[in-house]
Amino acid sequence: MVLKWLTGNPGSRTKRILWSVLLLLMCMAPLFMTPFRLGLLTKFLALAILAVGLDLIWGYGGILSLGHGVFFGLGAYAMAMYLKLEASGTSLPDFMSWSGVEGLPWFWEPFRSFPAALILGMLLPALLALILGFFTFRNRIVGVYFTILTQALVMIVVTLFVGKQEWTGGTNGLTGYPSILGFNLNTPSTKIGLYFITLAALAGAYVLCRRIVSSRVGQVLEASRDGENRVRFLGFDPSRYKTFAFAVSGGLAGLAGMLFVLQVGIISPSMMGIVPSIEMVLWVALGGRGTLIGAIIGTVLLNSAKTGISEAYPEGWLLVLGALFVIVVVLMPKGLVGVWSKVVSSLSRRGGTVHAAVRKEG
Amino acid sequence: MEMTILQVFNGLSVSSILLLIALGLAVTFGLMNVINMAHGELIMIGAYSTYVTQGLFTAYMPKSWFDTYFIAALLVSFVVAALIGWLLEMILIRHLYGRPLDSLLATWGVGMMLQQIARFIFGAPNVAVTSPSWLNGGLAITSSIVLPYKRLFIIVLVALVLTAMYLYIYRTVQGRRMRAVMQNRNMAGCLGISTRRVDGLTFAIGSGIAGIAGCALTLLGPIGPSIGTYYIVDAFMVVVLGGVGKLIGTVAGALGIGMFNTLFETYTSASIGKVLVFALIVAFLQWKPRGLVALRTRSLD
Repeated sequence: MVLKWLTGNPGSRTKRILWSVLLLLMCMAPLFMTPFRLGLLTKFLALAILAVGLDLIWGYGGILSLGHGVFFGLGAYAMAMYLKLEASGTSLPDFMSWSGVEGLPWFWEPFRSFPAALILGMLLPALLALILGFFTFRNRIVGVYFTILTQALVMIVVTLFVGKQEWTGGTNGLTGYPSILGFNLNTPSTKIGLYFITLAALAGAYVLCRRIVSSRVGQVLEASRDGENRVRFLGFDPSRYKTFAFAVSGGLAGLAGMLFVLQVGIISPSMMGIVPSIEMVLWVALGGRGTLIGAIIGTVLLNSAKTGISEAYPEGWLLVLGALFVIVVVLMPKGLVGVWSKVVSSLSRRGGTVHAAVRKEG
Repeated sequence: MEMTILQVFNGLSVSSILLLIALGLAVTFGLMNVINMAHGELIMIGAYSTYVTQGLFTAYMPKSWFDTYFIAALLVSFVVAALIGWLLEMILIRHLYGRPLDSLLATWGVGMMLQQIARFIFGAPNVAVTSPSWLNGGLAITSSIVLPYKRLFIIVLVALVLTAMYLYIYRTVQGRRMRAVMQNRNMAGCLGISTRRVDGLTFAIGSGIAGIAGCALTLLGPIGPSIGTYYIVDAFMVVVLGGVGKLIGTVAGALGIGMFNTLFETYTSASIGKVLVFALIVAFLQWKPRGLVALRTRSLD
């Protein structure tokens, strides 16, 4: 019953059981995983939050953003700025004194407080998405045009972050912060705590997006994906719905960035660049766009593969990544979830015909 | 005054390179509604073709002939890039018509693979191409202003390519077919134009121009497997700003972005300059969402 309310669709009994088992397994993960593996899983789950948000706008809104690296990065930097200030105490962060900065820049001040950093980490990316969305969707700049603009956004933000070394740490990014609120980030107990926080955040993001897509807003969003002008003729303003979804998606990416930084301990401009941003799209595409759950599956699978392949064979990863893009787009546009449901439906159809045949004979 | 001349020259130089890269993009996007993210890698292929041609000339040709290698390299780059582009269209892109966002992702994947393959063949570090000796030095306008021949050569090269494109599109039978398909694909098909062949040919030509761009880039510095990615985003912005369907839009877009980029970079910093250009483009799109020049159409989705 709770699940039904949460996911917004009734679902079959097996589905509900599957969900409960999955959730239970996820909760028990710390019991049978080494701290290192658990850390990896936490990282993947954090990234999955971003993927769910990306699926919301791409799968349901038909808006392909190649700019989610920026939103992710803004969240990550917000958290890193707080952590850096906590680690530096009353003195300036180390990279600032290297660059000869005298006092803390004004926009660093709010990040002294944890709640402020937490809110800004989601608010800033959401606001940036809101502004970009407002100025583009309003003019019916859609499809490829929008996608190219988001990619340009990535490029300029990365150049800006690299260029303003005295404020952002430049290419090195922000690193060197061992603890949060007094908890050491590297002890197993903190890791387990972070795991549950991340898991809860992911569940929250999933539920939020599920609620959105099954609401009226989601229906208008989906309709404007399929026929924007028709939606307009019906008296809706698609740009509002799109801007809203884009802002939510940006905020979720910021949340993902914050949790990611806690796990990895570093954020640098190269993690929010053009290649990582487009990689994020592949997570969703591989899992299956327009399914939300597919985004999570795709993220975890692809990142596990990335960890495995880059460990054994670093040059090969880009080749695999490129090939995956082509294969997924050409051969399985609905992703793994699409393949799965096709297999299930063909199996059940075969099963059905067998039953029918048996009945006939009987 | 001297400052202004230098400014204009630098702006023109940047614009000409952008234009060379964006030309192919604009044509394929206008015609097929396909965003070719592997365009940057076609540039890279052109650049490495030049590198290989130079190597062959050093190895097998008399020394006195070396300076002519660049002319040969221009041709080789065009042909190699055009062939690979044509193959790409045959194998992959024709399956993705009508799915512009998917074509974007798939071609990005192809670009990624091409980059990696280039890394396997030529190694990850950049390689340098020796420019022909007749392009060294520069044209002295006043005692303090010297315009490098290399950049002048690129501007002339772009002018030539542009003229050739213009003649092809507006003065030949093939070009007329291409414009017909661009305006109304179904109607052109009904009138007996093989849209498939037009698509393939256009894509090959667009890719070939990217190859020439790669060849030109070897004059400006060392080349590496990811050379295309430096330019590709700016080139896309040219297409967005200039609109699709008419050459003049692309020219204006390239000039606009190139000029403003150099202008802002002189008076602010490189990173702030980029931000300002981006803000200007978004502001401009508020006024003309379809870019400077757009084909008029009465169709609605």
